[in-house]
Amino acid sequence: MQTFFKSLKQGLAASVLLAAAITNVQLVTAQDDKTLLGAGSSFINPLFSKMFADYNAKTGIQVNYQSIGSGGGILQLTNKTVDFGASDGPLNDEQTAKFGVPVLHIPQASGAVVITYNLPGNNNNINLTPDIIADIFLGKIKTWNDARITSVNKRMNIPGLPILVAHRSDGSGTTNIFTNYLSKVSAEWKSKVGSAGAVNWPAGLGGKGNEGVAGLVKQTPGAVGYVELIYALQNKMDYAKIQNKKGKFIIPSIASVTSAGNVKMPDDAKIFITDTDAPDGYPIAGFTWVLIYKEQNYNGRSKDRATKLLKLLWWNIHEGQAFTQPLNYSPLSKEAQKIAEKILKSATYDGKAIL
Amino acid sequence: MNDQKLKTKTRSSSGMIRAESIFKRSLIAVGIAMVLLVAGLMITLIIESVPSMKNLGLKYLWSKTWDPVNNVYGALPFLIGTLLTSFLALIISIPFSFAIAIYLGEYNPKGWLSNFLKNTVELIAAVPSVIYGFWGLLVLVPIVRSLEIKVGVLPYGIGIFTASLILAVMIIPYAASLGREMIRLVPSPLKEGAYSLGATRYEVIKNVILPYTKSGLFAGILLSLGRALGETMAVTMVIGNTSMIPDSIFGPGNTMASVIANEFTEADHTLYLSALIELGLVLFVVTVVINMIGKRIIKRFTNE
Amino acid sequence: MNAKVKYRVGKSKVVQGVIVFLAFLITVPLILIIVYIFREGITKINWAFLTQIPKPVGETGGGIVNALIGSILIVLTASVISIPIGILCGIYLSENKTGRLAYWARLSVDVLQGVPSIVIGIVVYFWVVKPIGTFSALSGSVALAIMMLPILIRSTEETLKMIPFSLKEAGLALGLPYHKVILKVIVPCGVSGILSGVMLSIARIAGETAPLLFTAFGNPYLNTNLAKPMQSLPLMIFNYATSPYDEWHDMAWGAALILLFTVLSLNIITKLITRRWNVQL
Repeated sequence: MQTFFKSLKQGLAASVLLAAAITNVQLVTAQDDKTLLGAGSSFINPLFSKMFADYNAKTGIQVNYQSIGSGGGILQLTNKTVDFGASDGPLNDEQTAKFGVPVLHIPQASGAVVITYNLPGNNNNINLTPDIIADIFLGKIKTWNDARITSVNKRMNIPGLPILVAHRSDGSGTTNIFTNYLSKVSAEWKSKVGSAGAVNWPAGLGGKGNEGVAGLVKQTPGAVGYVELIYALQNKMDYAKIQNKKGKFIIPSIASVTSAGNVKMPDDAKIFITDTDAPDGYPIAGFTWVLIYKEQNYNGRSKDRATKLLKLLWWNIHEGQAFTQPLNYSPLSKEAQKIAEKILKSATYDGKAIL
Repeated sequence: MNDQKLKTKTRSSSGMIRAESIFKRSLIAVGIAMVLLVAGLMITLIIESVPSMKNLGLKYLWSKTWDPVNNVYGALPFLIGTLLTSFLALIISIPFSFAIAIYLGEYNPKGWLSNFLKNTVELIAAVPSVIYGFWGLLVLVPIVRSLEIKVGVLPYGIGIFTASLILAVMIIPYAASLGREMIRLVPSPLKEGAYSLGATRYEVIKNVILPYTKSGLFAGILLSLGRALGETMAVTMVIGNTSMIPDSIFGPGNTMASVIANEFTEADHTLYLSALIELGLVLFVVTVVINMIGKRIIKRFTNE
Repeated sequence: MNAKVKYRVGKSKVVQGVIVFLAFLITVPLILIIVYIFREGITKINWAFLTQIPKPVGETGGGIVNALIGSILIVLTASVISIPIGILCGIYLSENKTGRLAYWARLSVDVLQGVPSIVIGIVVYFWVVKPIGTFSALSGSVALAIMMLPILIRSTEETLKMIPFSLKEAGLALGLPYHKVILKVIVPCGVSGILSGVMLSIARIAGETAPLLFTAFGNPYLNTNLAKPMQSLPLMIFNYATSPYDEWHDMAWGAALILLFTVLSLNIITKLITRRWNVQL
């Protein structure tokens, strides 16, 4: 049009083109590029982070996984804005109904939800019983040197700090596992608060993601929270031994989680393994699942994309399992793996099995 | 002129005329686009809030339970959190804003020192919100924590008080620069009259300048308030994120903006998402109304 | 001087002292923030930091190149979208001081200026992300562009209003068509004011996080495809700062230094431009 406006536009266009040339910007909505998008559980994030980096090195496919909490993963999958979701709690009836179409749960690994706390002095692995935990999170036990806590920790020197509860502020599968456990061991918790991905916490501060809760506990003396085991380990935080159903104080570990997970998995893989009957089992353990639509042809998805997704998930439950133990997750048992394979094979594109 | 030249000249003038009308029309189109943009914003917010509005109606605004498990939503904890943090921040910031406005408007309107202060204030407004939050989280929170230990309350460090402190710093520039403009507008004859009657500097400020600029200063406060109400990132990082009515300013809380930021990506029931968007609608209406009142006052003041 | 006058004068001096003290106290948080971020961040910035992508959770090393490039691309795209519209609208409003459409348009710009950024993020999620079906850098840019508009429009309008009417009259009297008068006479006159508006709006959105939370979404890999999720500096700082990992805190300091430095420089450069060209904004 006119020279000034033209030169302004030219200058802008030139700089954009230059940037584009340097960085190869595209506006490609092509599906057959080498990326996959997932979102959800922060519980499994450290594992996924490692797994997907290795998968990228081996196959060149970039898996962009955002740790926004299990609730977020479920929602984004419902909205079809991601390829897969990840959740530590299986879909409940309302969520299943909202999807409308079948959603597959593919177990990935199991892990421990540990009670982590910040107590100065040499106070790692204190003993906690189920009712103490429930009452701490109900806000009924307010100081660390409460008689109930010291009575099961006679050899420890617990300071008299006030207890500061930290919980999740976002929708979380970790919360799902933890509240599922609390509802089983405390009738008061079950009636007052209930069990779900996000509950109306009677006490405490909220942090976003496992990361947020760990951050809060790490920085606040006297704080207590619940996180996946690896978060406590990676940040050198203390965590508690929990008394299980059989009365033994169990430390969260690969062995105790595997023990708790040693149950018959149903065919749809939806199961809670909290408050285990196993004598050496850790009572607050749980699985994580990847969620995908059973029928992969939706929203104009290409067969290639669906195949890439299924191939990734197949790798996750086989070669990917090698990454679980170094990060203190418990790998899938042989039976669980077989069930996972069957579930993956039931995924279809236009009615025909993909794998 | 020969035929050829005449033809090109006519062609180019008709081209010009067409270009002119295209330009004029594109100006009008842009004006319409702005109106449509803002109308669209409002309409989208309203449409998406409808499920929540149908569910609870006005009771939503004073219900105090926010329970996504049982699908019970009430905005009261967040309204209180927002109002508490914003008003606390306002109260903390007003002495500083006014001091800056009076200093730059009356004591020292020109000179290098005044420029230095003016630039500092503008840079404070320029620092991104997430950096305030980050700095607040890692530097201010431990300080507040040790303060809380001394006072004897639960040493969260995080909470309404910390959020208000950071908010206060962030909103000082708005009331300060507006106040400065207003104070500079006071007519000299008024001030000189007072001085010639023997008034001290302080008395001129108190009895001439402040009454004259009262409404302008009020507008500045409103603008600061509007900014505080909508501030998200810095608050989210230090407020503690509890969906209950805060029981003390040293405890955790939540504001409308921060609860939306935290829970939007995972609101998995329609009612949940709609309740969050209704919060966004309330936030939108409140901030817009406050800003508009402020702007109206300023316009009336500067047109007098 | 009798005692009463001495008292009044003394009181005035005390008040002056208090006001000066309170006023200059504002420098303290700014200096604290700059010093702290500089001190913590400067040690983290090295070549690897600037050119590598982040490592998996728990490993040391890695960098923020995905956030750097992502920020640049998102901001650039937002500018390309908003600058033409903003300047044109500013021209429209300065040319039409009265009139019904101008009144409503001006009102809309005023309203838009007060809308919290998180609300804009919500709306763009419904306008762009859901229909397209995926998070994308483009949706983030759209949200940021909407935030840039009020600043661009306001500064363009104010700058152009300052230009003497006689210039426009002269152009029209010479027989220049309307669009040439505006674009070749008036606008070039106000270019420094408009440029300051552009830089201020860029500085404003370069640090914005809230609208990107549900639009650009984030990406641990370097991505240059605008139709896919992208990482950006403020998003990265937010996620890393609220995490428990010390390595991530370190990286957040470095990123914060880069962001703070960029935003403050843009503001300072804008001030220098307006001073040099003597424009009243």
